[in-house]
Amino acid sequence: MEGWLPIVIMIACGVGLGVVGTALSQLVGPRSPTPEKGAPYECGVPPVGDARERQSVKFYLVAMIFLLFDIEVAFLYPWAMALRDLGWVGFFQILVFFGLLLTGYIYVWRKGVLDWGSQEGL
Amino acid sequence: MIETLVVPLVKIAVLLVGILTAVAYLVLLERKVQAWVQVRLGPMRVGPHGLLQPVADVIKLIIKEDITPARADRWVYTLAPIIVLVPALVVFAVIPFGPETNVFGIRMPLHVADINVGLLYIVSIASLGIYGTILGGWASNSKYPLLASLRASAQLVSYEVAVTMTLVSMILMAGSLSMVEIVESQQARGLWFVFAQPLAFFIYFVGGLAETNRAPFDLPEAEQELTGGFHTEYSGIRFALFFLAEYANMIVIAAVATTLFFGGWLRPFPSVAALGLLDIVPGWIWFLLKTFVLLYVFLWVRATLPRYRYDQLMRLGWKVLIPLAIANVIVTAIAVVVL
Repeated sequence: MEGWLPIVIMIACGVGLGVVGTALSQLVGPRSPTPEKGAPYECGVPPVGDARERQSVKFYLVAMIFLLFDIEVAFLYPWAMALRDLGWVGFFQILVFFGLLLTGYIYVWRKGVLDWGSQEGL
Repeated sequence: MIETLVVPLVKIAVLLVGILTAVAYLVLLERKVQAWVQVRLGPMRVGPHGLLQPVADVIKLIIKEDITPARADRWVYTLAPIIVLVPALVVFAVIPFGPETNVFGIRMPLHVADINVGLLYIVSIASLGIYGTILGGWASNSKYPLLASLRASAQLVSYEVAVTMTLVSMILMAGSLSMVEIVESQQARGLWFVFAQPLAFFIYFVGGLAETNRAPFDLPEAEQELTGGFHTEYSGIRFALFFLAEYANMIVIAAVATTLFFGGWLRPFPSVAALGLLDIVPGWIWFLLKTFVLLYVFLWVRATLPRYRYDQLMRLGWKVLIPLAIANVIVTAIAVVVL
């Protein structure tokens, strides 16, 4: 575990850099807020409505597929480390795993989740 | 005492100063390269050939008014740049800049920490930065930043899968997660892994462009549709922190690519004894040279290629790069088991 102490120090330095920078700017920078300056930027016209509106469902779908794929990659890391010892048995086991994943991948593809051009199929 | 505390502290100080200087001059280099490609001169006024421009920029950004929009979520808005910045800096801790070297009579390795899960550490820490992006966009409470941060996160996660998959093939090749051991395994084989895994490098590099929101994948900052991207509302030093993190991430992508694919601190053709003359050049200079060349390619690509459309971006990520990356892992696995 000894290698981790420098990393903790680096995290502290990073946070320190951000905090000191922000604080320094608060001290040195001018401060003259006006209602126009505080308004959200919408290309110069008065802002319309609230920013936090409904967004495309595509973003949520991508997030969900990403979770599945990323967990799968997390499984692959230990497998990749151990493959030299596992040999062909380990290889075919992971092939079954890939097969299951690809089935879902093809389903998602055919359902049109990966198509952002048109909204058909959703 | 000296070994356990002073040496790491000095290394961290040198590394942080190095990163900040590198980022400042990378910004200048980017402006210069864009200018040269477009037959302009770029910054020329501050110092000879604009060489002091980064200093002027930093001073200007600190003394500018730091605006918090009236409707913004004040705390999250302040916290977001720091959340983006910290991972971008901390990742550098495990990057090996050179082999064990004598520095002022003390023999030390040229990295801050060699942990046995180095690559896993880089992947996990580097992807934390996206929290800052999405929190910054949301906390601004403005339409363009929110949309841009959603785009940025969808883009990042789409390419993250392909990139981490190529890293799996590199682990298969090296049989280790430690960055130092990955370089040593390339030394043992006398081969830069880019020649064994050209496809993996291609996927990694394209994914790296997309993850750092660089052209041709700079959709989260598409000026024509989203003004400034997720940091539209940010000004002054907090904007500078986002900018710093973005360029630091570019350097991370280039440095990790150097370590994994271009033999880290090794000279070209490490197995050819006839080129032994090249060993005069210290390892860390080779490392910095290779990183610099990769960063130059980043800038060159930006000057050359037009921006992708969002559906093209998603299609490339999900329908081209991920299947290619999976196929690459399987082929690599077969090669590893057979050999």
